[in-house]
Amino acid sequence: MPLCRKIALASLVAMLLCGLPLFAGQSRTNIFSPQSAPARSIVAVSHFTLAITGLIFAVVGGLLAYVIIRFRRRDSDDGTEPPQIFGSTQIELSWTIIPVLIVTVIFLTTARVIFDVQDAPKPKSALDVTVVGHQFWWEVRYPGSQVTTANELHVPVSSASAPTPTFIKLTSADVVHSFWVPELAGKTDVIPNRINELWIAPEKAGLFEGQCAQFCGAEHALMLLRVYADTPENFAAWIRQQQQLAAAPQSDAVAQGRKQFEAQACINCHAVAGTVANGRFGPDLTHLMSRDTLASGAMPNTPENLARWIDNPDTFKHGSLMPSMHLTKPQIDQITTYLVTLK
Amino acid sequence: MSESSMPLPGRLPDVAEQESRTDTFGNIVEILHDWVTTVDHKKIGILYILYSLVMLVAGGIEILLIRLQLAGPRLNVVPAEVFNRLFTMHGTTMIFFVAMPIFVGFANYLVPLMLGVRDIAFPRLNAFSFWMTAFGGLLLYYSFLGGDGLQGAGTAPDVGWFAYAPLTERAFSRGHSTDFWALALILSGFGSIGGAINFITTAFCLRCKGMTLFRMPLFVWLMIVSSVLVILAVSPLTAAQAMLLIDRYLGGHFFDTQAGGSATIWMHFFWIFGHPEVYVLIMPAFGIASEVIPVFSRKAIFGYPAMVAASVSIAFVSLSVWAHHMFTIGMSAAGNAFFALSTMIVGIPTGIKIFNWLATLWGGKIRFEVPMLFSLAFLFQFLIAGLTGIMLAVAPFNWQLHNSYFVVAHFHYVIVGAILFMVFAGFYYWYPKVTGRMLDGRLGKLHFWLFVIGFHVTFDTMHIPGILGMPRQIYTYEIDRGWGTYNLVVTIGAFIQAVAILIFVANLIISLFRGKIAGPDPWDAWTLEWTTASPPHAYNFDAEPVVYSARPLWDLKHPDDPD
Amino acid sequence: MSTLPISVPVTETHQPYKGRVAMFTLIAAESAIFTIFVVAYIYYIGQSLSGPTPREVLDLPIFNTIFLLSSSLTIMLAERALVRRAMSNFNMFWGLTILLGAIFLIGTGREWYKLITVDHLTISTNLFGTTYYSLVGLHALHVIVGLILLTAVLVFSLMKALRPEDTKRVEVLALYWHFVDCVWVVVFTVVYVVGR
Repeated sequence: MPLCRKIALASLVAMLLCGLPLFAGQSRTNIFSPQSAPARSIVAVSHFTLAITGLIFAVVGGLLAYVIIRFRRRDSDDGTEPPQIFGSTQIELSWTIIPVLIVTVIFLTTARVIFDVQDAPKPKSALDVTVVGHQFWWEVRYPGSQVTTANELHVPVSSASAPTPTFIKLTSADVVHSFWVPELAGKTDVIPNRINELWIAPEKAGLFEGQCAQFCGAEHALMLLRVYADTPENFAAWIRQQQQLAAAPQSDAVAQGRKQFEAQACINCHAVAGTVANGRFGPDLTHLMSRDTLASGAMPNTPENLARWIDNPDTFKHGSLMPSMHLTKPQIDQITTYLVTLK
Repeated sequence: MSESSMPLPGRLPDVAEQESRTDTFGNIVEILHDWVTTVDHKKIGILYILYSLVMLVAGGIEILLIRLQLAGPRLNVVPAEVFNRLFTMHGTTMIFFVAMPIFVGFANYLVPLMLGVRDIAFPRLNAFSFWMTAFGGLLLYYSFLGGDGLQGAGTAPDVGWFAYAPLTERAFSRGHSTDFWALALILSGFGSIGGAINFITTAFCLRCKGMTLFRMPLFVWLMIVSSVLVILAVSPLTAAQAMLLIDRYLGGHFFDTQAGGSATIWMHFFWIFGHPEVYVLIMPAFGIASEVIPVFSRKAIFGYPAMVAASVSIAFVSLSVWAHHMFTIGMSAAGNAFFALSTMIVGIPTGIKIFNWLATLWGGKIRFEVPMLFSLAFLFQFLIAGLTGIMLAVAPFNWQLHNSYFVVAHFHYVIVGAILFMVFAGFYYWYPKVTGRMLDGRLGKLHFWLFVIGFHVTFDTMHIPGILGMPRQIYTYEIDRGWGTYNLVVTIGAFIQAVAILIFVANLIISLFRGKIAGPDPWDAWTLEWTTASPPHAYNFDAEPVVYSARPLWDLKHPDDPD
Repeated sequence: MSTLPISVPVTETHQPYKGRVAMFTLIAAESAIFTIFVVAYIYYIGQSLSGPTPREVLDLPIFNTIFLLSSSLTIMLAERALVRRAMSNFNMFWGLTILLGAIFLIGTGREWYKLITVDHLTISTNLFGTTYYSLVGLHALHVIVGLILLTAVLVFSLMKALRPEDTKRVEVLALYWHFVDCVWVVVFTVVYVVGR
C-alpha cells in the first residue's frame, strides 16, 4: 500500500477512536469545569497556553508534513545527491529568537497567575479549616468552631459580592498525600512535618469530588474526598449540628451497643464527643451518620456496610489500617445499632 | 591472541572460524565462557542490548497486567498490593534496565567504530559496568521471589518508582521491598557511572587521526553529553539511596519526619537525579536521529555546531529544572516561578534541534526505509511531547495536571514516542552492521504501522482521563468518574503495541538466519562504522583511519566534493 | 586508510592521557555524591529535636586537619621525586603520605570514640548525629580506600616494579588523594566552622 494511503488510513483510525469518548460518561472532576476562583485562574492560563502550543503544533507539524511530502524521493529520481547545505547563521538565529520571545510571553503570564493564586490575600471573612492526611483517610477540623470530622468537608459558598473563601491548612500524620478537588483548585501536597495552605471559593452549592493525588501506600486509590459547598445558612446549621455532643442512647439496645463499643478496643482509635471514647488515630465518629460514605468514599454509608466494615475492613479496603477485631455477629450488631444513632 | 568475536549464524563466510564440530558441549561452554568473560566492546554492547530486550518484555508484561486491571472501574484482575508492585517495577525496569542499558549497548558497539579505534578506553571497566547493571536487575527481579514468594508478588518494590519518603522509611514499609529497590539501583548505578567514565574518556582521548572533536559523529557527542549527565545525576541518587538505607538500617533520620527530618528533601534529591535522568535517556535518541535523518534525506545535518551547542545547553539547563516535579509541595511563589522559567528555557534548545532536523529534511531526497519511518514519527511525537511539556511547565496548570494521567501520557510520549521509536530506528539501521544481514523490510513496516497506531490509540487517549481528574498510581477507580471508556481504549492500544513488539522480536530472530546479506555499507552512509566489514572484525579496522571531515565516507565517495 | 585520495596535512588532535580524564570524571561523580551529603548536613543544622548539639560536643580537629592537608604536600613531593626517578625519595615521601593519612584516620576514630561513649551521640541519636556520621564517615571511607591504593603503590615501588611509564598512573592516583583532601576542607568548614 503506498505511503499516502497508509497515512490516510492511520488518521482515519485515530479519528474514529477519538470519537469513542463521546460515549463516555460525565465527569465531576474535570479540570476544565472550574467552580471556584483558583480553578478559574488556572483554566484561563491553560487556555492561553493551549492556544500558543496549538499554534506551534500547527506550524511546525504542518511544516514537517509538508517537508515529508515535498522532498520525498520520487520514482523518477536520477540517484544524484541533493545540494549539501551545512547551516545558515541567519536562519538559526531567527529560530532561536522566536522561541525566546514565546517563552518570555508564556512565562510572564504564568508568573502572574502563580503570585495571584499563591499569595492571594486572605479576607477576614475566610473560613479556616485544617485537614490532616492519614493513611487512608482525611481528618477535618474547624479550629474556630471546635468541630472535628472525617473525609467530608463542608464549606460555605463564596460569592464575588460577599466573599467567604475557605483557607485550608494541610499537613500529614504519616506519609505524603495530596489534596485534589479539581473543580475547586489545583492540588496541594499534604506533607508530614510541614504545613501547606490552599484556598477554595466554591461559587455554587453542591458536591465536589476529588481524591488523594500522591501515592501513599496500599489504599491510595480509595482515599477519596468530598467537599460539600453549602449556602451560608445550611453551613451554619451544619456547624451547629457538628458541635453537638454525641446523641445519648435513647433505648436499651443502643445503650447496650455503646457499652459494647466502649468495651472493645474501638475507643483506642476513635473519638465520640461526650463519651470516654477519645482516640485520635482513626476518624472521629461523633456524627458518623451525617456522612454519605464510609472509609473515605470506599462505600456508601448504610448500616449493612457499616456492619460489614466493622467485621472486616479488609473486604472493602485491604491495607486499611483498621484491623478486624474478630467480633462475633451479636457484638457487631450491637455496635452497629449504637453507631447508627450518631447523626 | 585468540579471536574474540564469535561467529554469529549468518556471518559472512570469509570471516567465520573453523569450528570443531565433534565436541558440541565443549563448544557451548567455550562460547558461554567467551561471552561471560569478554571485554570486547562489540560483545559487551550486544550483551547490554539483549539484556535490555529481556527487561523490555518483563516491563511489558507488567504493564499489560496493569492495563487489564485498569480497563474498567473497580475490576479485580490483580489485588491492590500486587498492582502497587507492578507499577513500581514497570517504571523501575523500563528506566533503569531497558532505556539506560539499551543506549549504553548501542554506544558500546558504535562509539569505537565511529571514532576509528580498536576499543573503548577501559575494556575491563566496561565489562564490570555491564555485570553491575545486570546483577542490579537480577536483584530487583529476585524481589518477586523473596519474602512470601510469588504469593502477593513477594516483596517486590511497591513504593512507586520515585519512592517518596517517609513511605519508604521502616515505619511505613516494614518488609524489604524498599531495600530491594535501593540496593538494585545502587548496584546498577555503579555500572552506569563506570560506563559514563568510559565513554567520556574514549571520546576525549582515543579518536583516530585527524578527527577533531567537531568531526565526531553527532551520536558520539550526544553520548558524551548523556554520560556527563549520568555522572552528575546518578551520583545524587546513589547518595539519597545510601541515606535511605542508613535510615532503614542504622536508625538514621534523614527522611524521618517524626524526628524532625524532611519528606521534601528526598523529593529534591530524587528529582535532582530524576530530571537530568530523562535527558540521559533522550540524548542518545537525539544522537540516533542525527545519524539516521541525514543519511535518509541524503543531506548533511543542518547546523552541526548548533546541534552540539544545543545539546550541551540542554544538559546544562536541565540541571536546574528539577523542582518542576514539585510544583505542588508548597514552595514559595518565587520558587515556583523560577522552576517554571528554567523549564521553559530548556525547551528552547530542544525546539532548535527539531528545527535543525527539519532543515536537514528540507531540500533532501527522503527515502522511506524503516529507520526513516521511525525517525519521522519520532519528529512528530517529540514535538507533541515537548508541547505537553510546556503545558506542564506552566506551574498553575501543573497544579491540576501533576500526578494525573496527563503526566503519564506526557512522559510516555517522550519515552515511547520519542525514545523507543529512535531505539527501533537504531535497530533497523545498525542491525546489518552487527549481524551482516538486513532486518526484513516488510515485517519492519508492519511493526512500524502497528506500533504507531497502538501508540497513538493509547497515549493520545491517555491525556483525557488526566484532564478529567484521574490521578496516577491508583489500582482502581470509581464507576461514576467517567474514566472507564478512555481507560478501555488505552488498554486496547497497549495490546496492539505488544503485538507490534512481538513482530519486532520475531524479525530480529528470523533475519539472523534468513536476512539479506548486508555488506559493509547497505544504506550508503558516511561515518566510519560503515567502512568496516559487517560484522566488523574483532580488531575493527585494518589500519587506523585518517579523516578530514565529519563525513569521511562522503569524502571518499565524492572526491570532487568533499566536506 | 586515508579517507581523502589527495594528500592534505592531517589536523593535529592533542588528546590527553586517558587516566587523567577518567579520574577527573570520577572526581566529578564523587563530588556530586558529597555535595548531596553536605546539602543534607547544612539543611538540618539546628533542626534536631533533641540530643547533643554540635557546639556541645565538637572540638575543632586542628591537628587532624594539619596532618591530612600536609599529606597533600608530601604526595606532591613524592610525585616530583618520581618524575626525577629518585626512587628512595619517592618511597620516603609516599610512605609519609600514607602515615599522615593513617594518623588522620586514627584521629577521627578517637573523636568518634569520645562522641559515642562520652557524649552519647550516635547516628541514630538525632539529625545532627545522622548527618555528621554520614558525612564524616563517607569522607573517612574515601581516605581508607585511598590509603589502600597508596599502600599498593608503595609495595610495587619497594619491589622495584614501578617503571617510567607508570609515572602518569601514579600521578592519577595522587589526583584522587588531592581530591580527598579538598573534600576534607569542605567538610571541616561546613561541620566544624559554619555548623557549630
